[in-house]
Amino acid sequence: MSTAAGSATSKLDDVGRPDVGRPGVVRVALAGNPNSGKTSIFNALTGSRQRVGNYAGVTVERREGTYRDGDRRYSVMDLPGTYSLTSWSPEERIAQEQLVGVPGERREGTGQLPDVTVVVVDATTLDRSLVLFAQVLQLGANPVLCLNMSDEAKRAGQVLDVDVMRALLGVPVVETVGHRRAGIDALREAIRSAAERPVDVRDRLVLGDRLTDALNAVAKAIEGTPLDGKDRRWTAQKLLVADAAYVGYARALDGPDDVGTGTALLAVAEAERKALEAATGQDADLHVTHQYFGFVAGLLHEVTRRSARDDARALSDRIDAVLVHRVLGLPIFLAVMYGIFWLTFTVGEIPMGWIESGFEALGETVSSWWPAASDSPLRSLLVDGVIGGVGGVIVFLPNILLLFLGLAWLEDTGYMARAAFLMDRLLHRFGLHGQSFAPLITGFGCSVPGIMATRTLRNERDRLVTMMVLPLMSCGARLPIWMLLVPAFFPAAWRAPALWGIYVVGVLLALGLAVLLRRSVFRGANDPFVMELPPYRFPTARAVAGKMTERGGMYVRKAGTVILGLSVLLWGLSTWPKPERYDVDAALASGAAVLAMPDRVGESAVAAVDAGVAVAAAESRVVAARSPRATPAGETGAAEVLTEDELQRRRAAEDLRYSVVGRIGRAIEPVIAPMGFDWQIGTALVGAFAAKEVFVSQMGIVYALGETDETSDGLRSALGARYPPLVGISLMLFLLIATPCMATVAVTRRESGRWRWAIFQFVGLTVVGWGLATVVYQVGSLFG
Amino acid sequence: MSLADLRPGQSGRVTGLRPGGAARQRMMDLGILPGALLAVERVAPTGDPIWVRLRGYHVSLRRSEAAAVVLADE
Repeated sequence: MSTAAGSATSKLDDVGRPDVGRPGVVRVALAGNPNSGKTSIFNALTGSRQRVGNYAGVTVERREGTYRDGDRRYSVMDLPGTYSLTSWSPEERIAQEQLVGVPGERREGTGQLPDVTVVVVDATTLDRSLVLFAQVLQLGANPVLCLNMSDEAKRAGQVLDVDVMRALLGVPVVETVGHRRAGIDALREAIRSAAERPVDVRDRLVLGDRLTDALNAVAKAIEGTPLDGKDRRWTAQKLLVADAAYVGYARALDGPDDVGTGTALLAVAEAERKALEAATGQDADLHVTHQYFGFVAGLLHEVTRRSARDDARALSDRIDAVLVHRVLGLPIFLAVMYGIFWLTFTVGEIPMGWIESGFEALGETVSSWWPAASDSPLRSLLVDGVIGGVGGVIVFLPNILLLFLGLAWLEDTGYMARAAFLMDRLLHRFGLHGQSFAPLITGFGCSVPGIMATRTLRNERDRLVTMMVLPLMSCGARLPIWMLLVPAFFPAAWRAPALWGIYVVGVLLALGLAVLLRRSVFRGANDPFVMELPPYRFPTARAVAGKMTERGGMYVRKAGTVILGLSVLLWGLSTWPKPERYDVDAALASGAAVLAMPDRVGESAVAAVDAGVAVAAAESRVVAARSPRATPAGETGAAEVLTEDELQRRRAAEDLRYSVVGRIGRAIEPVIAPMGFDWQIGTALVGAFAAKEVFVSQMGIVYALGETDETSDGLRSALGARYPPLVGISLMLFLLIATPCMATVAVTRRESGRWRWAIFQFVGLTVVGWGLATVVYQVGSLFG
Repeated sequence: MSLADLRPGQSGRVTGLRPGGAARQRMMDLGILPGALLAVERVAPTGDPIWVRLRGYHVSLRRSEAAAVVLADE
């Protein structure tokens, strides 16, 4: 059970709320159904003065903001969207706890209960959306009713007598159009008056005699127990319907000092429940909900002057007839997803190129501040570590922004709900959710936005499972690796199928692992799919752009800082320690290798080598550097000839081997040997943890090929010659599955709310990758 | 007869809800209560989930969840 930060608890000795008359911050809670436009109301109230985080240890988003009105400051807490205040999902539990606290506990400081609760309801679905309001009314949480989307309701022909509504409810009622910022001033005014003159209108909620009698009986039993408090009747109702959290609170009363209070209380609740069920012929929880609906219906009967037309959704329904068509629906959906994909990675390619060039230029500029041959660690730190690291993060920004632009647009129109409807059957079979589809597809481009996109999944288990398997969608950063390895190990005819095969293996593994996770770690039924399908709405540019920049900013701030830190760390680990003497220089000194001179016929020159031995000039031409598999001089008796370039590259290779990263590579050799890898691959794998593309360049350095990328034939042939194709396959499997890049791990941590899941993801995937690659290699070796 | 037995175009009136966890609460909160009139609008390409109309708004749910909604025999 999560608790608000900073709350101190003590036994309750009086039942008052803190005095609001004093100047100070007014605490406002914003509650409402999903799809009620609550977020736009929140944005309208707080503008850009917002903070977003997670509730401790859960994947639920926590959003707070402030605004000024007159001489008071108002702190607004945007509660998770809920249909009612129950304990079935983390969202509902959190909303309930923020509004009513834990029974018997006094909340202090920032954990205080809100002074005003604004309930945002969708004015087009009042006969259902007012139910949450009825519950807030019952809590005595000083409510303000905000009838949002009132323009849509009026367009549909609905006419309400708001004055009568105010009179009947006894609370401020405001009509708003959140996304157009209409009615916000009136809302602020209503909040102010509610804060200055708090009302207790719990008696306005009429719940039926039998239920009231039952509640009274249970409330009497609660009196005097530690669960007692201002919200006694709410606690009574929760015990009556056997709400899991409240039953837990009661059971907890049976401590070593307090035997039996809890049990006695639960017994009373049980007896009343049975009596109620016998009298009404309905289950208690159903009866309570029925009473709420009855109250709402009665209220609406009094205040509705004209009902909305029946055909208010006609246009939306016609669109649905096409988009969710039994036959056309899926193809259309796939086309839409492809469109988003295309937008992100093809259109995004252009600014990506600019950013890449920009950072390269920056790197060169900074590099030029030092003399060309300088060995300065500071230069290396700035250019390779910082600029390289930051560049690696920023370069993805266009993709991320475009992706979130597309997804936000789809979300705000309401299409995402339709997508979940179409995809659920398939995904549910594998333990995922219909709404997992968009994030998974996103993962084909980059896991980072994919994991961020899992926010739309309301169920925590579904969301976590999706996050865990998402890195198996072969991401864009792995493409250079495939481009290197596939041609290196596969003959031409096999290449396209091999590449396709890798992607398919990724998807199949993701589905398989999801099933496995669902049966073990994330076991549990009770993840309802029951979902409302709101009418299509045209999103406002402001809302969509807002979501886009918010998520883009999150990426840069959070993933970015971690990546930068780790990039610098990795840079350090691959630079130091440096060897004191280079083997290649020793070879030059002993004569086993010779430094070739630039082609100047007839000229002699002397090359000074670290060992201080002068080498006689050669009037020969430049001899091309031999392949990395240098023949020891002793074998042929002839000295190996090196160019200056080759000398630098050999030194770089030795640097890497001598450094921490290189040592790690050698140290893990026994672990990776079952997969057929050696320490050179191991060294490159360490770099790949930072970002997958780094694998290619690290391999290049290890084999003293200098600056290589995936198109380098030299590197391809070097690999092809050195390792059998089986190692190639095993390597590809390992890179596909294991060690998600640190950006992924960082984002998983951020989105899931705890390190546990990020570590689980990393360790889990690495173990699976290791296992599968080992099996493939070992079994394959048996067949030769 | 339950909601899971209805086909697109058919409708029925709710008489009760069978026991069940979070899905049941969610259905109740969305107004699937005794007395409500539900109309099946369509089904997903593979037959599951189903799209239901009630009280002027639309709700989708899996067949397994719909099986908990008891309808009046017509």
